[in-house]
Amino acid sequence: MPLTEPLPDGLSQQEIDTEVAKAQASAAPSDHPPRDYPPYRSSHFRFPRQPLIPLSDPEAVELSGPAFGVTDVTALDRDLTRQHIGEPLGERITVSGRVLDREGRPVRGQLVELWQANASGRYAHQLDQHPAPLDPNFTGFGRCLTDDEGGYSFTTIKPGAYPWRNHVNAWRPAHIHFSLFGTAFTQRLVTQMYFPGDPLFAYDPVLRSVTDESARQRLVCAYDHDLSAPEWSLGYRWDIVLDGPSATLFEEGDQL
Amino acid sequence: MSYAPTPSQTVGPFYGYALPFPRGGEVAPAGHPDTITLHGYVYDGAGNPVPDALVETWQPAPDGSRAGAPGSLRHDPVTGEVIGRDGVAFTGFGRVPTDADGHWAVRTLPPGGVSYIAVAVFARGLLHHLYTRAYLVDEPGDALLGALDPARRATLVTRPEADRTYRFDIRLQGEGETVFLEFK
Ligand SMILES: [Fe+2]
Repeated sequence: MPLTEPLPDGLSQQEIDTEVAKAQASAAPSDHPPRDYPPYRSSHFRFPRQPLIPLSDPEAVELSGPAFGVTDVTALDRDLTRQHIGEPLGERITVSGRVLDREGRPVRGQLVELWQANASGRYAHQLDQHPAPLDPNFTGFGRCLTDDEGGYSFTTIKPGAYPWRNHVNAWRPAHIHFSLFGTAFTQRLVTQMYFPGDPLFAYDPVLRSVTDESARQRLVCAYDHDLSAPEWSLGYRWDIVLDGPSATLFEEGDQL
Repeated sequence: MSYAPTPSQTVGPFYGYALPFPRGGEVAPAGHPDTITLHGYVYDGAGNPVPDALVETWQPAPDGSRAGAPGSLRHDPVTGEVIGRDGVAFTGFGRVPTDADGHWAVRTLPPGGVSYIAVAVFARGLLHHLYTRAYLVDEPGDALLGALDPARRATLVTRPEADRTYRFDIRLQGEGETVFLEFK
């Protein structure tokens, strides 16, 4: 039997904000969101109540990880505006950055995947019932491999904000979902990137689940004028640092 | 460790047209005589199946190599479609979404040198993914298993079924909650 009931349906934004403040006040300092986070109501039955079992084993299989290569992506996969006959509607952007480990070393040749709503805030997913238009020229997912400096780059359109049913008048700030691999399975990351200055930040329990303010800022990309292409697209930069030990970190740790 | 990590966020409900790929659970070459099936259900804390979880597996090749191999998402260069592995390289990586009834299945080869397959679980409602391990046999000398009490240990050990098939249910919360791991 669950110890408590999830927060009820139909809460106001103000009531959710109160829950967010409560969770914020009781949170242990962490770079990652607590899995037990009542304001995100879907989490209620989906977080373990037992503590995670710490494992520090230099022989663990998880210190290695999947490999990807030129057979796993095509050159078109990184351009979400060219997957259909016509051009999608919306503000054309590029999102570029580097994938690093916690030592600041580039993660090379690894898979970066992203998916997002269209410019109107609608996903090309049959369960998305938001009455905003689908765009026949936009699916909204892409892949690429990081280069030798850990760099990645996508061309896409800026996604729209969209409503969801966590509480009454719940809106997600515009965001792009990212999935990343490091050199170790322990470094796996699925996250969301946000755009600077979004007025919805304060109201979103998913972003606010990252209770540390500076950690939250690391989910927000930066507008970079040097990345904008004249007469073509606006540029955003977002660097990603993967958490978790890897075999190489263990080897270096031995020398410390 | 000097660089501050990028925080995790939930995979959400709409990854289904992006992350799963054709034959993502077919890690073993088609028709390989050593193929095993690892499968089970994902359940939430109310005992309900989780229909929107994503299960990933990672393991050494049968010869013990942990290098993996590219080609899990091999593309047809003409159409750009993902067509699955080439049946020669063993990539060691599986990815399957749960079905509407919470079930998932991966067909693979036995891992070399260890008795477990590493598992990561992502889901709507889960703000940070979870790691666990599916042990194909209960390994008496295993340090992780040895540190757990019998009931919790049992959550990591698969149940053999007929025909090289191993059952591994994942309970996110509550009674019989699966042991989840934190790598240090
Ligand atoms: Fe989203």
